Amino acid sequence: MSDAQMFQIRTVEAPRLPAPSSTTGVIGWMRQNLFSSIGNTVLTILGALIAWALIEPLIEFALVKAVWTGDDRTACLGADGEHIGACWAYVGDYMQQFIYGRYTTSELWRVNTVYGLFALLLVPLLAPSVPYKGINALLLLVAFPIVAYYLLTGLVIGDTVILPIVETAQWGGLLVTLVIAVTGITASLPLGILFALGRRSNMPIIKLISVIFIEFWRGVPLITVLFMSSVMLPLFLPDGVTFDKLLRVLVGVTLFSSAYMAEVVRGGLQAIPKGQYEGAMALGLRFWPMMYLIILPQALKLVIPGIVNTFIGLFKDTTLVLIVGMFDLLGMIQSSFADPSWATPTQAHTGYLFAAFVFFVFCFGMSRYSIFVEKQLHTGHKR
Amino acid sequence: MSSDTQDRAGAPARASLLNDPKARGLFYQIVVVVGLALFFWFIVSNTIHNLQRLNIASGFGFLENTAGFGTSQSLINYSESSSYGDAILVGLLNTILVAVIGIFFATLLGFLIGVARLSNNWIISKLAYCYVELLRNVPLLLQIFFWYFAVLRSIPGKREKWSLFDTFHLNIVGLRGPAPIFEPGSQFMFYALIVAIGAAFGLSRWARKRQDATGQQFPSFWAGLGLIIGLPTVVCLLTGVPVHLEYPVFNETGPILKRGFELGTGFNLIPELLALVLALSLYTAAFIAEIVRAGIQAVSHGQTEAAQALGIRQGLTLRLVVIPQAMRVIIPPLTSQFLNLTKNSSLAVAIGFPDLVSMGGTVLNQTGQALEVIAIWMAVYLSLSLLTSAFMNWYNQRMALVER
Repeated sequence: MSDAQMFQIRTVEAPRLPAPSSTTGVIGWMRQNLFSSIGNTVLTILGALIAWALIEPLIEFALVKAVWTGDDRTACLGADGEHIGACWAYVGDYMQQFIYGRYTTSELWRVNTVYGLFALLLVPLLAPSVPYKGINALLLLVAFPIVAYYLLTGLVIGDTVILPIVETAQWGGLLVTLVIAVTGITASLPLGILFALGRRSNMPIIKLISVIFIEFWRGVPLITVLFMSSVMLPLFLPDGVTFDKLLRVLVGVTLFSSAYMAEVVRGGLQAIPKGQYEGAMALGLRFWPMMYLIILPQALKLVIPGIVNTFIGLFKDTTLVLIVGMFDLLGMIQSSFADPSWATPTQAHTGYLFAAFVFFVFCFGMSRYSIFVEKQLHTGHKR
Repeated sequence: MSSDTQDRAGAPARASLLNDPKARGLFYQIVVVVGLALFFWFIVSNTIHNLQRLNIASGFGFLENTAGFGTSQSLINYSESSSYGDAILVGLLNTILVAVIGIFFATLLGFLIGVARLSNNWIISKLAYCYVELLRNVPLLLQIFFWYFAVLRSIPGKREKWSLFDTFHLNIVGLRGPAPIFEPGSQFMFYALIVAIGAAFGLSRWARKRQDATGQQFPSFWAGLGLIIGLPTVVCLLTGVPVHLEYPVFNETGPILKRGFELGTGFNLIPELLALVLALSLYTAAFIAEIVRAGIQAVSHGQTEAAQALGIRQGLTLRLVVIPQAMRVIIPPLTSQFLNLTKNSSLAVAIGFPDLVSMGGTVLNQTGQALEVIAIWMAVYLSLSLLTSAFMNWYNQRMALVER
C-alpha cells in the first residue's frame, strides 16, 4: 500500500463554523446569566417578578395616571373613587417656592445669576480638558462667594440701595439646600485638612486638640449640633451681637463635616509611604511646602472617593435643617402640604417623589463624577 | 552652647533658636494653647453673662422636677407626674430600642443584598445594585417622611385593620400582635436561659480546645443552639407553662367610638416606631450591602482556589476560608454603620417618636435649660460612640493578621 492510501492528508482548510448559537448573542447571554441552572432560573423568575412589582406601580403612579395640568386640587381628585396618580400640576404650581423659597419675586434674577455664575465656573473646573484651572479655582473659591453673598443678601452703601436687602428668612427651597451644601463643602475641606495634619503632628498638644475636636464632632448626631448652633451660639456671643439663623446653621454644618473630612484626609496621609516625606525633607523643603507640593497632592488624590462620599453625606444632611425651622427643599415641600388648595390623597407621595428625584440626581451625579475622576487620576501602576 | 558643638566633632554648628524644630514646635503649641484659652474664656464669660441677663437657672437640679408631659411609647413606668430625669431616661431607652431593632434588620437585609450584588444572576445583581444606589442617594429624613406621612397614612384607620394570619394586625394606631404574659414562676425560665447561654459558651470553648488537641470536631454550634432553646423549654414545661399569649381584642361592634383595638391588650408598636425602624434599616442596609460586597471581594480568588485544590467542599470553603477573612474587612466599617444608625435614630424628632433628642427637646422647651439638655445629649451619644470605637479597636487587635 502506498503512503497516499495510508494517510489522509487534508489539503483544503475546513470551513470555519460560527460558535453554537446557544453560546453567543442574546440567547447565549441569557443562558449564561439568567438560566444556567434550575436554581438560577427560579431566581431569575423571582427577580423579574420583584422588579415588575416595583416598577409597574411606579410607572403607573408617576406617568400613566399622573395629572400634568390643573389649577387647584380638583384637577388631581379625579372622578368618584378613581385612582389618581402623581399630581404634577401641584409641583408645577409650587416650583418657584421649591427652587427659591419665599425670595422676593422681583429679585429672582439675582438668585438665577448666582446659579448661572456657579454653573459657569464649576463646569470648566470639573471638566479635565479645560485649561486655566488655577484662575478658575481662584474665581470660584474667592471671587464667587463675595459676589454671591452680595447678590443674594443685597447691597446697601450708605443710604443708596443698590440691591434691596432680602432677609435670609425669606430664602428657601433648593436655594437654601445649595447654599448650605456648597458653603459646608468648600469650608470643610481646608478645615478638615488642617485637623488631619494636626492629628498626624508630632506636637503633642496640637495632636490632642485635633483628636478631641474630631472625635467630639464625629461622636454626636448632626441634629444635636444644629440644636446647639441655633440655641447655644447666641449664648456664646457678647450681649447685642446677633447672628443670622442661616449663618448659625452654616457654622454647625461646617464644623461637623470638617471632622469627617479630617478623618478621610488622614486616611490618605497614612497611605503615603514614609519615603515621600523623607525625600521632601532631603530636598530641603519645609513643612508647608512639603505638604503643599509633595504630600497633599498624592494624599488627596488617593481619597477622592472618600471626599466625595463626605460631600454626598453633607448634601443629604442639609435636609436636617428643617428640624431647626429652616425651609430647605424638603422643608418647603413639607410646608406646602399645609396648603388646602392642593390637598389631595397623593400630594405627599408626589412631593416626596419629586424631592427624592432631585436629591438622587445630585447625589448620584456626584458619585458618578468621583468614579470618573478616580479613573482620570489613576496615573501609574495600572495593570 | 559652644561646648556642645565642640563635643560632637563634625556636627554643624547649632542653628539659631528660630530654626530649631523643637523650639518652634513649643512656640506654636504655646500660641495655640493661649489662643484656645482666650477663646474659651471669651465664650464662658459671655455665656455666664447672658445666662444672668436672661435669668436662666443653671445646673442639673431641674431633672428632679415634675415633667408634666406624657409619651406615646415607654419601656419603663412613666406618667405625667414623673420627673424630667425619667423623661430623658425614657428617651434614652427608646433610642436604644430603635437602634437594636434597626441594627438587627439592617444587618440581615444588608448581608442579603450584599450577597445578591455578587450573584451570577444578572437580574438579581442588578436589582441589588438599583436598591443600593437608590436608597443611598436619597436623604434619610426624606425616607422617614415617606414611610410616615405617605405610606403609613394610607393604611386602615382606627376602626379597621389589616391582618396577617389573624395574629398581627396593622392600622393607623400601630402594629398589634399577641404579647407574652409572664406569670409567677416564669423567672425560672430566665435563669435557665442564662445558664444555657453560659453552658453554650463553655461548650464551644471545650470543643475548640479538644479540636486543637485531638483534631476531632464537635458540632458546638448546633449543640449550643439546642441548649439555649431546649433548657428554657424543659424548665417551662416542668414549671407548668407559666407563660401565655395575650391576643389583642378588636371590637367590631358596639358604640362607634369604642370600636377598634382595646387599649392594653397585646403588644402595640406605634406607627412612629414602625416608620423609623423601616426607614433606618432600609437605608443602613444599602450601606451594609456595599461593605459586605467589598469584604467578600477583598478575599483574593487564590484563597478559594487553594481551598479547592485541598479538596475542601464548596460550602466548607465559604464557611472556613472566605467568610472568616471577609469578616476581618467587614467588621470595622460595619460597627461604624451601626453607630451611624444609632446616631441617625435622632431623626425621630422629626416625626415625633419620643427618643432621646425628642424627649430632651420637650424638656428643653419647658425648662429653657439648653446648655444642660444639649450636654446630656452630647454626653450620651459621645459615650455610645466611644464605647463602639473601643470595641472596634479591641476587635481589630484580636482579628489583625499576625505577621512576622
